[in-house]
Formats: sequence, structure tokens, C-alpha cells
Amino acid sequence: MGRLGYFFLYLCLGVVGVFQVFPIVWLFLFSLKDNREIFAGSPFALPEEIRWENYLRVWEGGIGLYFFNSVWITGVAIFLTVLFASMAVFVITRMKWKLSGLVLGLFMIGLMIPIHSSLIPLFNMFLNINLIDNPWSIVITYTAYNLPITMMILLGFYYTIPREIEEAAIIDGASLHRLFFKIVLPISAPVMSTTVIINMIYNWNEFVFVNTFISSDQYRTLTVGIQNFVGQYMTDWGAIGATLVISVLPILIAFLFFSNKIVDGISSSAVKG
Amino acid sequence: MVNKVMSNKWFIILYLFPAFFLVAVLIFIPLLLTGYYGLMDWDGIGEMEFIGLENYINVVQDPRFWESAAHSFLLALFSTLSLAIYLAIAMILASKIKGADLLRKIYLIPMLLSSVAIAQLWIKVYNPSNGMLNTVLHWFGVENPPLWLADPNIVLYSIFIPILWQYAGFYILIYFAALKNIPDTIVEAAKIDGASPLQVALQIKLPLIMGVVKVTIVLAIVGSLKYFDLIYVMTGGGPNGASEVMASYMYKLAFSNNDFGYGSSVGFMLLLITLLVTIIVRKFTASKEEIQY
Repeated sequence: MGRLGYFFLYLCLGVVGVFQVFPIVWLFLFSLKDNREIFAGSPFALPEEIRWENYLRVWEGGIGLYFFNSVWITGVAIFLTVLFASMAVFVITRMKWKLSGLVLGLFMIGLMIPIHSSLIPLFNMFLNINLIDNPWSIVITYTAYNLPITMMILLGFYYTIPREIEEAAIIDGASLHRLFFKIVLPISAPVMSTTVIINMIYNWNEFVFVNTFISSDQYRTLTVGIQNFVGQYMTDWGAIGATLVISVLPILIAFLFFSNKIVDGISSSAVKG
Repeated sequence: MVNKVMSNKWFIILYLFPAFFLVAVLIFIPLLLTGYYGLMDWDGIGEMEFIGLENYINVVQDPRFWESAAHSFLLALFSTLSLAIYLAIAMILASKIKGADLLRKIYLIPMLLSSVAIAQLWIKVYNPSNGMLNTVLHWFGVENPPLWLADPNIVLYSIFIPILWQYAGFYILIYFAALKNIPDTIVEAAKIDGASPLQVALQIKLPLIMGVVKVTIVLAIVGSLKYFDLIYVMTGGGPNGASEVMASYMYKLAFSNNDFGYGSSVGFMLLLITLLVTIIVRKFTASKEEIQY
């Protein structure tokens, strides 16, 4: 291919890149401006004066609390999901029993269903056991709904664990618990970290469960919290921008450090079909 | 001895229980209950009253439901067609481009953001007086741009752009990985035989990654039928139902109108339609022979 051809290809890729990134850059820019500058100036201009006070204002206005809720709910749900998924995958792939294929199939059906179809009964269930407006309803729901995809990512690795490792451990007199916690879990650390990061993205960004099950402001997470804030700050674009940036920043920072893990996780979660 | 230990029933039950219990109680039982609640007249608080198939008969005759289903299918169609664009970009990216690895990561960034943040950001992009889009259009001399989110005739297209934006990196990533798996020797042989780059792309590479393409078609269609967050935040299904989809219609019926029985029947229809379409699309795209190379 000639130089002109390559120039054209790079141009295409560059245009796509700008399309993908520019709205986010624009968001960062207006989160640091005041309304006068946003409305009168060019949308692509750097702020005349960097207004960090937008961030301070929304943080103190309540975003801090939502942020904290998002962090602990995301964290606890990741821990439970990855632990339970690892246990189940270990039993399904390594233990010898007849129904393992059937049970795996059941879990994998969980990948296909539209979550909105289960929303009304879930709401009613939590209402009856007094878990409505309780953050633990969110934690266990996230855990349940992320189990199939987490197991799916773990499966490939668990199938490749050499039999010799188990045999050696058991002949040495190790219990199955010891085999799982001291040997299998540690060697699965790389694939486990992929599932952690995928779960982090899912949980951090989840909206509909929190919006449906939580009504008190004190338990809201960022995705639902920013909805409120945007209503409250209606015309204050700087404040809205700062709120949105705070909500997306942790994931973008994680991406900066673990982009390869994220790419891995997203590709392996896609081939579920 | 090893085999005996590795088939310890109590251990199997103990380790399987947490995951199995959660998935059964929080995913499978609610799915079945949705169908059952659909048989009830129920406001969500009071007693349920069994009314047989009345809700389901009403859903089938409800023009608003079919309108929302049509919007869902239209989005599924757009999403499927856009796969061709993603595939073309991935083909370019995989043709010995410097910085391809960095570019595909940059493309992926929107996929990491929450649908709520994406929706709020694009509400601002589409803002009639101060949004990025109209400002740029103004520079190009467009004086009367449409009301992107308030015009019932174009709102669905306006909503599709952020969806395109959000998922582009995801599909490009999948196609890129598949294309990178094609052995160089096959492509080189075709080039020696005098195939043009376009011929290589369409007649050599495309058939070789057809399996992955089929998977993405299923993902795009089924994913589209489940859209909710972005639309709920951007337009709430409006103006006047012009961007309502199946999931947002169900949500509105149950949690705004307190018609939980009818909402459940719509939720069950959503489940049935999604499963049916999954099966049909899979059948339709199933290949008889696997391509070997």
C-alpha cells in the first residue's frame, strides 16, 4: 500500500479516536469552568482560570457520601462474588461428580437473561424480608448477577490446572479446604484479578438496582446520586461536570494502571455468546 | 485415594451452595415469579388478585407495548448494522498499524463509563443552546439544528449515537483479537496470488472470523433488546413515548404507575422475546462446518 493509502487509514483511525475521546475531554474542560465561560466561550478552549471550587462544592454538597457508598458496596460485592465464583468453579471443574455439567449449564443460562424481567419480584422479595432501602440488598444482588460472568472468566484457567498439583497435595495429606485456599486460589491470582476489575466496572456503574431498591439518600451510590445532583444543580454546568468527573474518575484511573487486565476481561466476557 | 477425596459429596455441596443459592433465589425464582405475577391484579402494596390471562391478553393488544418493542428492535437493527463499521475499523487497525494497541484502548474508554454518566454527558452534548454539537454545527453555518432529544421523529437516532459511542471500543476489541489470530501465512499467500487489500479483507479475513462475527451479532441484538439505563436517564422514554423501549415501559408501569401485575406481564414478555430472539438468531447464524486453518 502506498504512503497515501496509509495516510488515509491513519486519518480514519484518528477521526474515530477523536470521536471517542472528545466528549470526555469536553466534560473535563467544562467541569473546570463557570457558566459565563461555558456559555460565551468556545467549548474547546482551556479554562481561563481553573475552578477547582466546582469540585469542592459538589463534594461537600453530598457527593462524598455517595462516593463512600459506592466504594464499600462495590468492594464487598466483588469480594463475595469472586470468592463464591471461585469455590463453585473449583467444584465444577476439579471435583468428580455426575451433575457438574448440568449445574454449570444452569449458571451459564444466567448470562442470557434480561435483568429487568426479574426486577419486580426481586423488589417484592426484598420488601417482604425488610431489605428494601437497605444497602445489603444491593450487595447480594450484585453478587448474584455477577456470578455467572465471573465463573465464565474463571473457567478457562481452572480447566488447565494440572492434576498433579491436586494429587501431590492430597497424598501429602492436605484437606480439600487447604488445597483450595492455600494452593488453587493463590495460583489463580492473575485470572482472579481480571474478574475483580470486571466486577469493579460493573458494580461501580450499576444503576437500576440501586434506583429501585434504595430510597434513602444516605444509602445511594454515585450513579443514582448524580441523577439527583443534576436535578438540583440544573443550570450550573460546572457543578454537573465536576459531579460526572468524580463519578468516572476511579474507573479511568484503574484503566490507566490495569488496561491490559481490562482488555483481557472484556474480551473473555464477550465470547459468552 | 485421590479419586475418593476428589468426589467428597459434602465438600461439593458446601462449596457450591453460596453461588447456587444466590443465583437460584435472586435470578431464577424471580424470573419464574414474573410470569406468575403477570396473572395478578396487583398495585405492589395490597393483596394480589388472580385474574388469569387478562394482563397477557392486554399486553398483546397494547399498542404502546408494541411501539416500545418496535423501538427496541429498531435499536437492535442499528446496532447490528453498525457492526460493519466496527469491523472495518478493526480491519484497518489490524493491518500493521503503528500504535494499534494504544488506539484500541483509547476506543474502549467510553465503555468504562456508567450509562448514567454517558447519558448525562450526552444530554449536555445535545443541549440546544450550549451543547457541543450545536456549537460546532453553528460554526459550519447550520442555523436551525433540530431539537435532538425533543423531536419525536429523531430522538431514537439521537439516542443511538451515544450507544454507538459506548460500544464501539468493545466490538473493535473483539474483532481486533480475532483478526490477530489469523496466521500471517494465509494473508501473505493471498497477496502473492495478487489479491487486493479489499479482496484480502472480504474474501480471506472475513470468512475466517465469521464465527466471531456471528457471536457479536447475537450480542448486539440481545443487548439492544435489554437497553434501559441510558434511555431512562436521557429521555425517560419521551417525548410522548417516542423513545420508549420494552424495559423502560415495564419500569414505568410498575414503579411509576404502581401497576405491578401488568408490569410483570410486560417483564415476562421481555424475557420471552429475548429468549426467542436469542434462539432464532443462533439458529440462523449457526454454521454447519467450522473453518479450519
